[in-house]
Amino acid sequence: MNISRRQFLILLPAAAVAWEYVEAGTPEASPNYQMSDHWWGMLIDITKCIGCGNCVRACQKENDVPDGFFRTWVERYDRMDYHLESPVVISPDGGKEGFPSVVEGAEGDYFFVPKMCNHCSDSPCTQVCPVGATFISPDGVVLVDQTYCLGCAYCVQACPYGCRYIHPEKKVADKCTLCYHRITKGLTTACCEACPTGARQLADLKNPNDPIHAFLKTHTVQVLKPQMATGAKAFYNGLDGSVR
Amino acid sequence: MSGVEGYMYPNEVTLYWSVLIVLYPYITGLVAGAFILASLERVFRVDAVKPTYRLALLTALAFLLDAPLPLQLHLGHPERSYEMYFTPHATSAMAMFGYVYLWYLMAVLVFEIWLDYRRDIVLMSQQRKGLMRVVYKMMTLGSNNISERSLHIDEKVGWIVTLIGIPSAFLLHGYVGFIFGSLKSNPWWSSPLMPVVFIFSAMASGIAAVMLIYMAVTKLRKEKIDMRCVDAVAMYMFYIFILDFSLEMLDLVHRIYEADESFRSLDFMVHTKLYFSQIVLQILIGTLIPLILLFLTQVATIGERARKRIYVVCSSLILISVLAMRWNVVIGGQLFSKSFLGYTTYKMALVTREGLLVAIGLTILPLFFLWVLLKLLPPWPKKELQESAAGD
Amino acid sequence: MSGFKDVQHLFRFAGLFVAVILAFLVVRSYVVPKSFGEYGHYRGAAIGEIAAHPIKFAGHQACASCHTDIVETKAKGAHAHVNCEACHGPLATHASDPSAMTPVKLDTLVLCVRCHAASAAKPKGFPQVNPAEHMGGVPCQSCHNPHSPEIRPDTGKSLAAGGAR
Repeated sequence: MNISRRQFLILLPAAAVAWEYVEAGTPEASPNYQMSDHWWGMLIDITKCIGCGNCVRACQKENDVPDGFFRTWVERYDRMDYHLESPVVISPDGGKEGFPSVVEGAEGDYFFVPKMCNHCSDSPCTQVCPVGATFISPDGVVLVDQTYCLGCAYCVQACPYGCRYIHPEKKVADKCTLCYHRITKGLTTACCEACPTGARQLADLKNPNDPIHAFLKTHTVQVLKPQMATGAKAFYNGLDGSVR
Repeated sequence: MSGVEGYMYPNEVTLYWSVLIVLYPYITGLVAGAFILASLERVFRVDAVKPTYRLALLTALAFLLDAPLPLQLHLGHPERSYEMYFTPHATSAMAMFGYVYLWYLMAVLVFEIWLDYRRDIVLMSQQRKGLMRVVYKMMTLGSNNISERSLHIDEKVGWIVTLIGIPSAFLLHGYVGFIFGSLKSNPWWSSPLMPVVFIFSAMASGIAAVMLIYMAVTKLRKEKIDMRCVDAVAMYMFYIFILDFSLEMLDLVHRIYEADESFRSLDFMVHTKLYFSQIVLQILIGTLIPLILLFLTQVATIGERARKRIYVVCSSLILISVLAMRWNVVIGGQLFSKSFLGYTTYKMALVTREGLLVAIGLTILPLFFLWVLLKLLPPWPKKELQESAAGD
Repeated sequence: MSGFKDVQHLFRFAGLFVAVILAFLVVRSYVVPKSFGEYGHYRGAAIGEIAAHPIKFAGHQACASCHTDIVETKAKGAHAHVNCEACHGPLATHASDPSAMTPVKLDTLVLCVRCHAASAAKPKGFPQVNPAEHMGGVPCQSCHNPHSPEIRPDTGKSLAAGGAR
């Protein structure tokens, strides 16, 4: 809770940008946004996630995500003590409407894992794009130029985390933009805005005052599939070894 | 969510690479294989396979013209495919396709065929009438010089082109393997052996295709099949197929013995969803049977008729086996979750843009291309083409 | 001269090859978007285009600029860090012109249960109730003010219960 209060204070000056700049405009139109001043990531705190699905719904509304595909989703893990590597995982409709209740005293250890694009700094997806339609922006966000994408789906195959899909109507690659249209206007992402417990926090690694730095110093934080060496920037607190 | 067992990441439930992407490495493989066979005669001076030389070149061209079509049909935005040429991304294996393809088509295959047929083209441009005369005239590029010395130069240049062509054919197909082999995200694909396995299976399938086409065309022309030729072709097919099979088994044994984090998931997949296409079709029917039959032709004395039948059966089975291998790689690589916790199902559509009918059409289309090419540039020596009509 | 004559056809083929390459380069210079390569191997203008997408969630600050009373109530209670739109949904249209749309009143029976229905999968410290046992169909806001839900021990109700307007 302490973290979100501090983050709230830091976001305040950025959000003080006049509303008209927030409503519309490119980074150039937002007077105090410089791409070179930012390096975006995300902090996801598994110990805080309650599996309500608010983030999934918010993302779908904010970004017009088509049904059945997900820019972010929540998984519920059920890990047995004696077989750590084969947990039982569910994510009904991406966790959009929450999860069935688990009765007290049920066997195994349950926890929720929100998933999204890791905005890798050595991203395997942008590496394989044949035409340069997907790229890492100068402020560290993996984006898709949907007017340039061929829809070959090579990037979808290259993502180890299953974060990309081919948009069923647009026929181009689609994925989390880290709400680029929001963070460049001083707002936080839709999923962070809608998360009731502060389990997801937008992080600017280039901002020395961002609470992420203090958090990383005082917690044991991990990224997903570290063996993939993707330079993932979605940092997980309380990540269990069984999570894939 | 039907067809899902266990847990798939929600975006993985749909398969993004369809049967057309199965077809694409299959067809480029046939190109590479047919060209390697042609180069045997040209570069390595294997005289026995000479009757298949021109046919192999034309087969390679026919399949090469077909190769980009499945890709185009699969793209979400085929009208943007020119971007592959204009802004190729240096770190993308796929971006190479455009350039390797054009290089192979124009600088190697078309040039070599043109050099080899130049005498015939010039003669036909003088003997044919009407529209065909114009077509052949254009193909001469306005040069009627078929003097002894110019043809000798063509022969030398052609040899060099073939020499360049062999690594180009390896490149064309090796990179297709690399597209899959270089993805660390997918343990079913990620393997440095992938390009090598693709090349050897390509050579086996290309040689098998030329063998079948040679036997069929010779039958249709009511001529005698050159047994010395097909025996030699079958021998090469046998040895290359042994290499291919050994490499694939090496890959398999390595995976089983190493048994890394993905093994349990992949092993389960091979024993269930891929059981028929991999174990039964690719390995038992498509590989072991032809290897045994071809082995018999090498060690035992078998009558001519029986040998011909064995070659037809083996070639057909090898073609099926290699197609099954492509299927197992492309579709198999998308059936399991990258979380290793579940499996999805591929439902092949029938009449959609990426459906079965289109796939069958695209497999037959190169035969039509070949038919046109055989009419335009007959590979067999024509008696009526007389040197006397030469220009100077 | 006759030496050249016998290789002339090769130069014609090579000429065709070069002509195609030149034509390719000319077309390429026209077709490749101007901003391509501005920051890297992609269309630089795409960044601005993506940043210009309209927003749907107005953000906490936009709500706070008018609804100061609610923010004050909220700041005192357990929902201090729950942003307005976490429950009320995306309201950028309302924020840019309050008369353009009025947010609908929420059904607390659905809304509260989403987070507070008991499940052993949830973190232990998170307040959870079994909806059927806890309220038996009585709307949550009869006892709890959603903006500051703690029940005061003296009154048995939370601060200004039913405060949601």
